Amino acid sequence: MGTVNLSAPEVQIREVRLNSLSAYLGDANTLVEHQHSVSKDGRRTFSQCSGCGSAKAACLTSLIQDAAVISHGPVGCSSCLHSFEFTYRVDSVNRKVDNPTQRKIYSTNLKETDTVYGGIKKLNATIHEVNKIAKPKAIFVLTTCAAGIIGDDVETACNQAEEELQIPVVAIFCEGFRSKVWTTGFDAAYHGIARKIIKPAREKKKMINVINFWGEAVFDEWFEEFGYKANYITPFSTIDGLSYSSEAELTVQVCPTLGSYLGAALEEEFGVPELDAAPPFGLTLTDKWYRALGKALGQEKKAEEIIERKRKEYMPEIEELRKKLSGKKAYVVAGSAHGQGLITIARNLGMEAGGAAVFHHDPNYDRASENKDILAATIREFGNVPNYNICNRQEYEIVSALHKIRPDVLLARHNEMTLWGAKFGIPSMLIGDEHLCLGYEGLIRYGKKVVETIENDEFVKNLAKNTQNPYTKWWLEQEPYTFLKGGIEVQRNEGTA
Amino acid sequence: MGECGYIEQVRYTCAIGALQTVVAIPRALPILHSGPGCGEMVSGFYERSRGYAGGTTMPCSNFSEKEVVFGGIEKLRNIIKNSYKVLDTDLQVVLTGCTAGIVGDDVDGLVEEFREEGRPIVSVDTPGFKGNNFESHSRVVNAIIDQYVFQYEEENEARSEKNTVNLFASIPYQDPFWEGNLREYKRLLERIGLKVHVLFGSESAGVLEWQHIPRANFNILISPWYGKPIVEHLEKKYGQPYCQFPYVPIGANETEKFLKKVIKFAVENEAIIDHYSAQTFLKKEKKAYYEQIDNLATFRLDFYYGLPNHVHIIHDAGYVLGLSKFLLYEVGIVPKEQFIVDNTPEKYKEEILQEFEHISEKRKIEVTFDPDAGSVQRQLRTIEHEGRGLLIGAGWDKKLAEEKDLDYLPAALPANYRITLNTNYAGFSGGLRVIEDIYNRVLATYN
Repeated sequence: MGTVNLSAPEVQIREVRLNSLSAYLGDANTLVEHQHSVSKDGRRTFSQCSGCGSAKAACLTSLIQDAAVISHGPVGCSSCLHSFEFTYRVDSVNRKVDNPTQRKIYSTNLKETDTVYGGIKKLNATIHEVNKIAKPKAIFVLTTCAAGIIGDDVETACNQAEEELQIPVVAIFCEGFRSKVWTTGFDAAYHGIARKIIKPAREKKKMINVINFWGEAVFDEWFEEFGYKANYITPFSTIDGLSYSSEAELTVQVCPTLGSYLGAALEEEFGVPELDAAPPFGLTLTDKWYRALGKALGQEKKAEEIIERKRKEYMPEIEELRKKLSGKKAYVVAGSAHGQGLITIARNLGMEAGGAAVFHHDPNYDRASENKDILAATIREFGNVPNYNICNRQEYEIVSALHKIRPDVLLARHNEMTLWGAKFGIPSMLIGDEHLCLGYEGLIRYGKKVVETIENDEFVKNLAKNTQNPYTKWWLEQEPYTFLKGGIEVQRNEGTA
Repeated sequence: MGECGYIEQVRYTCAIGALQTVVAIPRALPILHSGPGCGEMVSGFYERSRGYAGGTTMPCSNFSEKEVVFGGIEKLRNIIKNSYKVLDTDLQVVLTGCTAGIVGDDVDGLVEEFREEGRPIVSVDTPGFKGNNFESHSRVVNAIIDQYVFQYEEENEARSEKNTVNLFASIPYQDPFWEGNLREYKRLLERIGLKVHVLFGSESAGVLEWQHIPRANFNILISPWYGKPIVEHLEKKYGQPYCQFPYVPIGANETEKFLKKVIKFAVENEAIIDHYSAQTFLKKEKKAYYEQIDNLATFRLDFYYGLPNHVHIIHDAGYVLGLSKFLLYEVGIVPKEQFIVDNTPEKYKEEILQEFEHISEKRKIEVTFDPDAGSVQRQLRTIEHEGRGLLIGAGWDKKLAEEKDLDYLPAALPANYRITLNTNYAGFSGGLRVIEDIYNRVLATYN
């Protein structure tokens, strides 16, 4: 029985669907060994602001070229979404959007009276107004904590409006309190898209879906060699393009944490198989990725040719980078699968994995397969990873870990996480383009950035001397897992630093 | 605003956004009893707004379904308790989000327990559906006064220092120039002989300064409406009268008017002002200011390649007023249709409109109040004027300025296209900075 159920308005949350974890501290191998048998997630007796699904759902919907997004809640629940207006303008260049239009983002602006009498009337009126003003090809309605608790029937409202307006009006259930794992917000958006936007294929095309964010269009060239086009979904796509993502022959993930649900929905409901491979992080996984791609497209020989050619072309430069980075200790702060990917990249570049703080952990993906387990693969190839922390973006755990581990470089993928590396004088970098590190080319591109970051350490060294630190001396000396209870019990026996 | 009350292109945030008011107090800590995303939403709105312990450092109960059903008070108790172990802070303010608000956790009762143990902790009700951050800024400040400052009343007798004032001006972080403005106000007021509690930012002495709030002889409010509940509250509580200046004083005319008003008010309230030295200071500042304007005048008058002759501003009422007055008289850029997007409460609109009436005898400036900036932009798209125009607004407005071929100065939130550190727009020097910012952007368009 699959995890995709398009007849239900709401997606099942990750904790239930995938048994995802949001608390662990120990070594990676113990986690991998126990990941399928943990009955209960850990919890914390101290916690800091984490993140919620609403902004994640907004990311995947507001960046669709011709869609409008309504946040059904108080005005605050949409207040950070202006960043997608910026992202859209800036990254549209990479993604060949000639005329990046203003993002259409609205808040129903719920007030206290609405929490008493309900906000559905307001939502109805807003949907109709937005349709009139913005003339979108589809409207996505994102739910919020307030709307969820007062029990507004958003699904019925959206279905009614859809009938009246004759465009898809999609309810996305992404209330912050629903899940401890904010990537559930991605699943919620994909669930809505799979239910209401994607249509059955009319024909099959020489096209491969790439489930991603805003990364540069590197897959164009990679797929071209096989005679295929890349169809990037869902940011920067059009509603029309998205509708017929069902006509692709294959789907690939750049981050299975991100695209797990959509990949599964496309396979199970629309007959587009998902590539059974981890994304191309580092040499081994890249070769496996090409071979899996070759096999799926019936072009095994082509895949071997590419691997041979790329090895020849890129290995000398990779060796050069390894000389520069050999023995350096890296610490990774990122989302689940991407974090595992960055650890793999660091090790491919000759670096030592000093530890990692990943935001959550998926023991499985919706289309479960051992081939997709990046963490298990990196352990098999390079050995265990110490100080592996499922941190749920808890800054205090990361601060405590960094204070003790003192890596040579901090590799991050999310905002506000490089700061603590820098405060300790650790060269720190954030790469926003999720494609930058992929494939042979990515190993070099990413490696060069790491070299540059380690070399240019004057800024962080100076900052460390002069920065303020609100954490107590007591806390800095404690183990990061001090406030962690339950979950995988081994965590407190296996040492950290 | 749309008839049903929706808002496009949000330019302020909800009540819990006033956590930034706490972040702005040196060594103070916001603790959120809210859903997991509230802190991220607020930080994401303001950007570069961590202060000492904001952003991802803020403790939060991260409501899950369990707390929605069973309440989250025990979880919050642990978090507060452990905050004292993990973070070194002088004042803690617990702010509630929608989840806590609807579930009905007794946060005040819990916080009271900690206070009885001697902790400097305050609670305030800030669910997003109970209003926006312009309003809840006052609620947060008043809560600190009632629950924290009041504990120190014995050693800080009300109105015991004739020349001391509490200043309430910019809303921290919502005004991108808040920190610079406070620094400039403080400098100006000190030079006319007053001691100033600025309460926020690097010029504040932190919680000690807050403890001294009752000592002030009177309060200064620089705002058309937001912050008014604070000075009204202090008037009731400590008998401190307040002197209100209803917009941001930018440039020489308005700064002089502001300082003269304060001097008059101070004297009426028995402060000791050395008139000679205050006047000397004013003269000196003004002279230095006009030397710059004189120097600029040739450029302003002769630059025949083209400079903006009119301006539209999309901002809060304090800036729309302050910038309009300044740009008309001291730069010669004529304010055309203006847009106030701070959700000004009905009862304050008339006063603001009166101020616009009095800007010029020969001009009528059209003013629209509308927090739905999407509608403001649609309106602006239909407006045409002769000559080169300037648009002052938020990051959202860059695209509009491009479409309409207007010069664009980002000076409101959200500010995706501008970094502001401690620049001030208020005061004499603030006016000069506005001029630099406008003309530098204009000149940058010439290749």
